[in-house]
Amino acid sequence: MIASLIFVVSSLTLLQFFVSYSRAIIAESRNHLLSEQARDLCGMKSSLVAGEQFRRLSQLIALCPEANDDGFQVKAVRIYFYLLGFARTVMGWATPSADPWIEAERRGCAYVVAVVLDRRIAHNRMMMANLLSH
Amino acid sequence: MLDPVNYAIWLAVLSVEIFSFACLLRKKAFSQHFTLVFYLCACVATDIGSYSIIHTAGYESDAYFYFYFYSQSLLTICLYFVLMNLYSHVFSDMGVGKYIRACALLILAGTAGISYYLVAVSSNRMVTHFVAELGQNLYFVGVVLTYLLWGSMAKMRENRTRLLQLVLSMGVYVSLSAGSYAMNNLYPHHTFWQYYFPVTSMWLPISWAYTFLKVPADAQLATARVLAPNQ
Repeated sequence: MIASLIFVVSSLTLLQFFVSYSRAIIAESRNHLLSEQARDLCGMKSSLVAGEQFRRLSQLIALCPEANDDGFQVKAVRIYFYLLGFARTVMGWATPSADPWIEAERRGCAYVVAVVLDRRIAHNRMMMANLLSH
Repeated sequence: MLDPVNYAIWLAVLSVEIFSFACLLRKKAFSQHFTLVFYLCACVATDIGSYSIIHTAGYESDAYFYFYFYSQSLLTICLYFVLMNLYSHVFSDMGVGKYIRACALLILAGTAGISYYLVAVSSNRMVTHFVAELGQNLYFVGVVLTYLLWGSMAKMRENRTRLLQLVLSMGVYVSLSAGSYAMNNLYPHHTFWQYYFPVTSMWLPISWAYTFLKVPADAQLATARVLAPNQ
């Protein structure tokens, strides 16, 4: 009985802490302005990246060698993105008003991946430039 | 002996802990976050101890089983020190450091006393999964303390990004561990647990390394953006 209660309470706190942790990572990335090339890759017309770009951007960063150990950030945001997808499926019929909020969160996740892609492209260009200069 | 999967996990956990330790030293966090360094050292010592016990007594032995769970209980107490360090950072501006230290000592003494009482009255059950119950209770106290800290930070509009991330990652870890131990308590005989617990133990060192490597010491983030990001 106590174990079940602890399990339920811990699962709820885990969800809350993980969501807040992911939001902290997303909010931190918001300070980074994307380069022109990254904006073209993301198909950005305004300062927002569409949530559905997340998968395509994830595939692109998989093609780009990792720079500055940013893999952890991508993994945490990816889990959050899929969690939001699950929440949308489950809550879609019950509370349709949550949909705009979920979409805004998914856009935040896509923005983080776009920032990581931008940093990796910049890193690889610098490496290439160093290689060519030798 | 360890099978290849367990050996790979053990090696990965040890590497991650040493990497995180190196990151903390590189970022000169030793004096400011001594308890984090102390916790990582305790983790490395536990890993080396568990490896030597596996070599002498075997992976399936009771000796390893109890060493693992009781060392985890000791590590949870070390985690309380980390938590108290985070409390003292959050409340540093209010000049309540001595009260926090006194409170930390009281909590530690209380936890030790309750644990001692539980062990004393349950000595006939020591061969059962009592150790999992103990771990579950210790982690749950950690969940409550972390939740209180996070609530205070939200209320005080704490904006130091490093501190926010350290507290949130701690919250994720203690909640995950308390829930997992509770589940392990309900369903103890499953091979899944032997892979699951070591893998989850990598969360804290990885998240700490990420925080210290990526987040500058003076970085600030409005708590409101974490609590209500669509604003």
